[in-house]
Amino acid sequence: MRIDRDEVRRIAELARLEIADDDAAAVAGQLSGVLDFVATLQQLDLDGCEPSTFAPADAPPREDVPGVRGLDPFAATAAAPESDEGYFVVPPVVENVNP
Amino acid sequence: MAWEAVIGLECHIQLRTRTKMFCECEVVFGDEANSHVCPTCLGLPGALPRLNAGAIRMALRLGLALGCDIRHESQFARKNYFYPDMPKNYQITQYDRPLFEHGTLPVVVEGEAREFALTRIHCEEDAGKSFHPERTGDRSRSRVEFNRAGTPLLELVTEPVLRSPADCAAFLVTLRRLVRALGISDADMEKGQLRCDANVSLRPEGASLLGVKTELKNLNSIKGVERGVAAEIERQRRALDSGERIVQATLLYDADHDKLAIMRTKEQAHDYRYFPDPDLPLLVVSEAELEQARASLPELPWRRVQRFVAQYGLPPYDAAVLGDSRELADYYEECAAGLDPKFVANWLMTEALRAVNERAWDVARWTAQVPAARMADFLGRVARKELPGPLAKQFIGWLADEAGGVDELLARHGVSVKGTAEDLRPIVKAVLDENPGPVAQYLAGKTVTMGFLVGQVMKKSGGQAVPTLAQQLLIEEMAARS
Amino acid sequence: MSRPLWKESAAAISARVRAGEITAVEAMDAGWDGPASLWEHDVHAVVHTDREARHAAAEAAPARGLLAGVPVLVKDNLCTVDYPTTCCSRILAGYHAPYDATVVRRLREAGAVIVGKGNMDEFAMGSSTEFSCYGPTRNPWDLSRVPGGSSGGPAAAVAYGLVPVALGSDTGGSVRQPAAFCGVYGLKPTYGRLSRYGLVAFGSSLDQVGIFARHAGDVATTFAALAGWDEYDATSRPAPAPDVSNWDAGVTGLRFGWPANLWANGVDGAIVDALERSANALERAGGTRVPMEFLPGEYAVAAYYLVATAEASSNLARFDGVRYGLRSSDATDVRSLYVRSRSEGFGPEVRRRILLGTYALSSGYYDAYYLQAQRARTRIRREYARAFESCDFLLLPAAPTLPFRVGEKVDDPLAMYLSDVFTIGANLAGTPGLSVPVGVTPEGLPTAVQLLGPQDGEGALLRAARAIEVNGDVARLPREHEVEASWPGKR
Ligand SMILES: [Zn+2]
Repeated sequence: MRIDRDEVRRIAELARLEIADDDAAAVAGQLSGVLDFVATLQQLDLDGCEPSTFAPADAPPREDVPGVRGLDPFAATAAAPESDEGYFVVPPVVENVNP
Repeated sequence: MAWEAVIGLECHIQLRTRTKMFCECEVVFGDEANSHVCPTCLGLPGALPRLNAGAIRMALRLGLALGCDIRHESQFARKNYFYPDMPKNYQITQYDRPLFEHGTLPVVVEGEAREFALTRIHCEEDAGKSFHPERTGDRSRSRVEFNRAGTPLLELVTEPVLRSPADCAAFLVTLRRLVRALGISDADMEKGQLRCDANVSLRPEGASLLGVKTELKNLNSIKGVERGVAAEIERQRRALDSGERIVQATLLYDADHDKLAIMRTKEQAHDYRYFPDPDLPLLVVSEAELEQARASLPELPWRRVQRFVAQYGLPPYDAAVLGDSRELADYYEECAAGLDPKFVANWLMTEALRAVNERAWDVARWTAQVPAARMADFLGRVARKELPGPLAKQFIGWLADEAGGVDELLARHGVSVKGTAEDLRPIVKAVLDENPGPVAQYLAGKTVTMGFLVGQVMKKSGGQAVPTLAQQLLIEEMAARS
Repeated sequence: MSRPLWKESAAAISARVRAGEITAVEAMDAGWDGPASLWEHDVHAVVHTDREARHAAAEAAPARGLLAGVPVLVKDNLCTVDYPTTCCSRILAGYHAPYDATVVRRLREAGAVIVGKGNMDEFAMGSSTEFSCYGPTRNPWDLSRVPGGSSGGPAAAVAYGLVPVALGSDTGGSVRQPAAFCGVYGLKPTYGRLSRYGLVAFGSSLDQVGIFARHAGDVATTFAALAGWDEYDATSRPAPAPDVSNWDAGVTGLRFGWPANLWANGVDGAIVDALERSANALERAGGTRVPMEFLPGEYAVAAYYLVATAEASSNLARFDGVRYGLRSSDATDVRSLYVRSRSEGFGPEVRRRILLGTYALSSGYYDAYYLQAQRARTRIRREYARAFESCDFLLLPAAPTLPFRVGEKVDDPLAMYLSDVFTIGANLAGTPGLSVPVGVTPEGLPTAVQLLGPQDGEGALLRAARAIEVNGDVARLPREHEVEASWPGKR
C-alpha cells in the first residue's frame, strides 16, 4: 500500500498534526514502508478468528456511589496553560457547535 | 407537486444517576465550574473509565419499556474528534454493537394512536460545556468547564417514520412522560436533560425512496422542535418547488428568531475513526439483571391511560390528562379509591388543575399542599352532598391556600356543617310554606324576591346556612312545586 | 567491612529496615552517594528527582511492608504526586499529576521510597531510549550503546546500582528488551494483573506495568506487592493474583518449550549460546526440554504496529494544549491551538505513529488494517495457547541482537520495530514474559534469554529464572558485579 503526500496531509488533518511540505514525502515513504511490512498479515490464515477483546469478562460492576477522587476547581485547572476562575480558557472556537 | 416530509429523530436522554457514567463524580448542575471533576472525567493522562452499573440498570428499564431487542454483549467504542469540551478528544459511546435495537414508542397524535419504530438506543457520555465569546462578552477567549462531562446519556434514534412537526412534538411529549414515569430522567429540555436533533427530508407524496436529508440541531424545547422542523420542511419545499436540489447539510435552528443557519455541508463531514474502547470490558447483561429490571418497571404511561379508560370508564382525553405524569396518575388513583372515579376525575380535571394553573403551580406543589387523603376527604363530602356544590368550588381555593382539614376550614370560614342540603331542606320547605306571596311573585318572574327568600332561610337557620346553597335549594324546591 | 548497601537486594534492605538496623534514608542515599555520583552523569537514567523530595519520601515511608525502605525508580509515564510526569515529551513539560498511579500508591503502601522518574522513549514509543526529550540514556555496560527501550532509564538504573528495583511499562517489549540489554531481570506480567491506572496510555490493550530487579526473588516480592484488582482499572483482573512466593522452589517436573525455528536466522550467536546454556541449566535443575515449532514473530510485529498505533492515535488525542501541558504561543483559534501545540510538542517518532494509527482507523481502511490486526491477534493468542498445552513455559530470545550502538537505528523505524520481534507476541496474547540475564560476552555486553508463560504463569517463570540464576554455568553478574572496580562503561 502506497501512501502519497495528499494522503499524509489528510491523515495529519484528522490527527491535528502539521506536516511541513518538505517532510510530507519522507513521511509518506516511511508510512508506506511500514504498511508494506504490515501486509505480511495477509499471508496469515485468519479463518474463524474473531477480533480480540481483552478486558476481563468478570469485572465487578461499579455501583452508583460517589467516590473520593474529586479535584477542586483549583487543582483541576492547576496544570492549565490558561485558566480563569476555575475555567479552562482557550482561543475562540470557530466552528460553533459540538458535532 | 405535493411533498411528503420524512423525519427521523435523535434524542439524547440524560440519566438521573447520582454519579457519572465512567467515574464516581456526582452529577450536579449549576455548581461552581470544575467542582465536580476527577482525573477520569477531566481526561488526565493515565486515568481510566469504569462503567456505572446504575446507569445500565436505568437503561434497561427504557429498553424493556420500548420493547427493544437487547444485546447481551454490547460494546463501548471511541468516537474520535477534537473539541474543547471533549476532555479526551474522543467520546465513549456505542457504535456497531449498541445495547438496544428496534422497539417502538406508542404515541397518540391528534387523537390517532400511532407506533413509531426505533432504530436503536445506546449508552454514552456527555461532554463538558464551552462558553463562547459571544456569550461571555469577551471577544477573544472561550471558557470551558467539565462538571457535565461524563454524565450518562442514552441516545435514542428513530426510524425515518415521523411525517410532521406534530408527530415530532407528540413523540417527544410521550418519550418525556415515559422516562419520567420510569424514574430515569427528569427530561427537562430547557435544562438539556432531553435533547433532540431532527433529520428532515422531503419526497413526492406516495414515493418510497428517501430524499436528501438535512440534520437540524440546537432544538432545545418541544416547541423549538415543532417550529424548527416546520421551518425546515418549508425551506425544502420552497427549494424543491423552484427546482433547486437539497444539499446534505447540518443546520442550526435559532428559536429566538425562528431562523435556520447552515453549519456545515457534507464535504466537511467528520471521519470519527470508531473503534472498540480497549479500556472497557464488553457490557454483559445477564438474564438475572434483565429480570430485575423488568420487575422494577412501573405500569407504563400508555398502559395506565388505557386502563383508566377500561377500568374507570374515563373518556380517552381525561385518561390522557390524568395519566400525563406518574405523579398525577398516582394522585388520581389514591383520591378515587372508594369514590366514583368519574366524579373524582371531573373534579381533578376542572377544579384542581384549574387551581394549579391559576397559581402557576406544578402538580408536585399541589400534591404537597393537598395530599390525596385531604383531597379524598373533601371529595367524599361533596359526593355525599355534605358540602353544597357552589361552596365546594370555593373550598378548593381554601384547600390550596390554607392548612387544616375540611372541618377546620369550615369553622375558620364561619360555615356550619349543618348548612348542608339535608339540614337545610326542611328549613327551605318551611320558608316556602310560610311565604306563598313572594313565591308566587318569584315564579311570575320577579326574581329579586329571591333575596328575601334567602334572607328568611338564613334567619330560620340561625345564620348557619350557606347562602348559595340556600338559593340553590329554593330554586330546586320551587321547581318541584310548580 | 560489610557490603555496601546499594549492592544489596530489595529483600535484604527491607529485612534490615524492618528490623530497625538501617533506615530508608540510608538505603536510598547509598545508591545516590555511591554509584549514581559516579555514573548517573554518563548514563542519564533519571529525568526527574530532587534530593529534598526523596528525603521527605524516605522519612515518611513506613518501616514495614514487603518493600520497607526499598528505593524504587519509576518510569516517567507513571503518575506520581511528588515528581513531574512527562513521558519524556515536550508536550508534557513540567506537568505534575494530581494523583499517584495505583502501582505507585501500592509501592508506597508496601514501604518503598520513590526516588525519581526514569528516562524513556517519548510516550514509550521506541526501543532504545533515544527518543526522549531529555536526551538518551546510555547502556551502563558500554556507554556507546543503547540500554534498550522504551524503559531504558529504569533498566539502566537497576543495572548500575542506583536502585534494586524499578518500574517500567511494556507495550511491545519495553521492559523485557531493555532488561536484556542491561543485564537485569525484567517482568511483564499477565495483562490486567498490575493496574494501568495512572500509567499514561500508549496501546491500552497491550500496556502493562513491568518490574526490573537484579534478583529473581526481588521481582517476585515486588510482583506480590503490586499485583491485584484495582477498582479504577476496568481491565484489571478481579481473580486473585497467582502466588509467586515459591519462586525458589525449583523446576523439577516443569517442561519448557524450545521453539528453535525462531532463532534459526537473524539472531546473534551470543544469544543462541545463552539460550543453549539456559536450557542446559534448566535441564540440570530437573526441567524437561520440549522441542516445538512456533509462529514467526514478524506476524506479531505487523499486527502490533497496527493495534498499538491505532490505540495510541486515540490515547494521545488528549494532549491538545487545553487542560495541561504545552500550548503553542502562536495559536489564534482552537484549531491552530491543537495543530501547533501537538506539532511542537510531539517528537518525530510519536508523530509518525499517530499518523500510522490514524490511517489504520480512518474511513475505508479500518477493516483492512485495524480489524485484520485484531483478528491476527486472536490467531496469535491461539498459537500461544496451543504451545502451552505441551509445556509450562517457552524459552526464547528476548531480543535478536546484543545492545546496538547509539544512533544505529534512529532513522530506520522498521529496523527498530523488529528489535521487538520476540517480545511483542506476549503483549498481543496478554500473557506474561520475563527477561533473564545469563552473563556477559567476552566483549563485556550482557546476554539474556526470555521466558514466556501462559496467563497467570508468573510463578513458573520466576521459578525457572531462579533455576537459571543458581544452576547456570554463567557469570552471575547481576548479583556479583563490582561497580567501582570494573565498571565496563568506564574502560
Ligand atoms: Zn469524574
